[in-house]
Amino acid sequence: MAPKTIIDKIWEQHKVHGEEGKPDLIYIDLHLIHEVTSPQAFEGLRLNGRKVRRPDLTYATMDHNVPTADKNKINDKIAHKQMATLEKNCQEFGIELADIHHPDQGIVHVIGPELGLTQPGKTIVCGDSHTSTHGAFGALAFGIGTSEVEHVLATQTLWQSKPKTMEVKVNGKLAPGVAAKDLILAVIEKFGIGVGTGYVMEYTGEAIRSLSMEERMTVCNMSIEAGAKAGLISPDDVTISYLKGRRHVPSGEAFDQVAARWQSLASDEGASYDKTIEIDASEIEPQVTWGTNPSMGSSINGNVPYPDQFESQSERESIQRALDYMGLEPGTPINEIEVDYVFIGSCTNSRLSDLRAAAEIVKGKTVHSGVTAIVVPGSQTVKLLAEQEGLNTIFINAGFEWRESGCSMCLAMNEDIVPPGKRCASTSNRNFEGRQGNGSRTHLVSPAMAAGAAIEGKFTDVRNFQAALA
Amino acid sequence: MKPFIAHEGIVVPLDRPNVDTDAILPKQFLKRVEKKGYGKYLFFDWRYHDNQEENPEFILNKHVYKKASILLTRKNFGSGSSREHAPWALKDFGFRVIIAPSFADIFYNNCFKNGILPIVISETLVSDLFENVNRVEGYTLRVDLDSQTIEGKHGFHTRFEVDSFRKEMLLNGRDEISMTLQEEELIEKFEGKHNVYFQFDVPENKN
Repeated sequence: MAPKTIIDKIWEQHKVHGEEGKPDLIYIDLHLIHEVTSPQAFEGLRLNGRKVRRPDLTYATMDHNVPTADKNKINDKIAHKQMATLEKNCQEFGIELADIHHPDQGIVHVIGPELGLTQPGKTIVCGDSHTSTHGAFGALAFGIGTSEVEHVLATQTLWQSKPKTMEVKVNGKLAPGVAAKDLILAVIEKFGIGVGTGYVMEYTGEAIRSLSMEERMTVCNMSIEAGAKAGLISPDDVTISYLKGRRHVPSGEAFDQVAARWQSLASDEGASYDKTIEIDASEIEPQVTWGTNPSMGSSINGNVPYPDQFESQSERESIQRALDYMGLEPGTPINEIEVDYVFIGSCTNSRLSDLRAAAEIVKGKTVHSGVTAIVVPGSQTVKLLAEQEGLNTIFINAGFEWRESGCSMCLAMNEDIVPPGKRCASTSNRNFEGRQGNGSRTHLVSPAMAAGAAIEGKFTDVRNFQAALA
Repeated sequence: MKPFIAHEGIVVPLDRPNVDTDAILPKQFLKRVEKKGYGKYLFFDWRYHDNQEENPEFILNKHVYKKASILLTRKNFGSGSSREHAPWALKDFGFRVIIAPSFADIFYNNCFKNGILPIVISETLVSDLFENVNRVEGYTLRVDLDSQTIEGKHGFHTRFEVDSFRKEMLLNGRDEISMTLQEEELIEKFEGKHNVYFQFDVPENKN
């Protein structure tokens, strides 16, 4: 048999129906929902007298809107109504919900893996573009719009044309002090935000194999920032050992059988892809974005670019527009850019290992005067585990705020907003105009780099801190 | 859904690449539980000053474009967040067609679900159209989905590609869920043999 990619294998296993000239009807194994992109879908079901086909394959939480300062104080009435609507819909249609007071509550892409709902070989969808996160487990996971949320609720399927496949080969090893976030930012900086359009990306290579599950989630999370429909990593021993013992994962003998099946999903040796791109991990340095899309980035030791360095007029205009918005002069060294806010959180970087990496830098130091710094754990579970290790004390003693779990300042739908003109070092995934608040200026970085910026009041090569610690 | 067969309208040029869905509809308007009424928030941060007054410099605020129904823009339109609120806002404002050299996947898909036709044509043709629009005030185009053609003044004429399935869905204004529910037997049959290793479905061999 011809060697196959994991994408081919998952596709074949989920094809309910396929005919010439039509997309395939694909079965969905797990549908994650949250308060923002689901109300109109449930309303659609009601208007047409339809039911949820598989409430048992559907799981809901609240994350986008939730307050993180005090979960008992929802000051925003419209947000409150949206959360109440989700609660009502889950009750009416029989869907399990981790609401704002539930111990499992958290960012949908953090809790899926945590609970073991996310598993290799599954098709996973959610009305959220960062659903690609779950691809870290070798699942085919992608974001959908509200119409498709309604379609999945009603039918547990989607009409999909098979996407093209792209291998993203990450050769060599990451240097010490360089994080998974730096890796994916460097990939997007090198290949651009449109490189993945129409493709599912599979990350391969030595550097990827050496990453922990949490680091793999960071990488797959940002596949959408490269334009990809999804990003995934073939399962291996790291995947299996992460999943063992999780609540929704089978145990005992059944686990061994499932694990063997998961391992067999990995792309076959010699499988071919529609396209391959390559990057050398050993050359990657800590990254900081300076512009208004995730490809506008640089290493910490670089400078803000001059627009006239770029070839096309449209590119020059784009860069100039980004620099005007960001309030940056061409040629400014990245490590001289001062920050007002630091946000450690989001579905990209809010897991326990992210908080540990930041805490290591922060320990025994003080947040620079004038900097507002917050840590928003990805879930109540992450929060609890971090507190058991005393990470909260390290952050609080340094002057950080320690918050409840949610999406928070990544998209500023709740009260965690970066004010106009203020500059934020953020561990999130998007630096679009206005993303963290109207007029806010976002610089995407890793958790350690964000922690370093909080202490120094400006971007700094965090490897210097780490060297001092060693 | 209302069928889309052909459309003629004024073309507004939004000359920027990589317009993301955060720009099309900022997050503060995502808290509503309705599907309608987003048109007034479309491109909010670009369309209005901080004091809520219209920004006269923004293209959509020019008088001639108040009734535009075809949006002409640059590559990678609709990138970022999956929010369907973005096409809802475009539709509510009055847009039926968007022309660009490329679109982000989720946004492209969301358009079809809402009766908006996103059309991909080459960068060169897009640039030609920008020239025409900038030369002729109130430049209009006629888009015919059946014949897959765009026609306009100054000799502009091109064919465009569209997936035959999506084309048929738009031409007939078909409801996708009803169509899928006709395949219910197939879904049931599939469920009979498909084992998702999910807690709620403990694998058969467990006991």
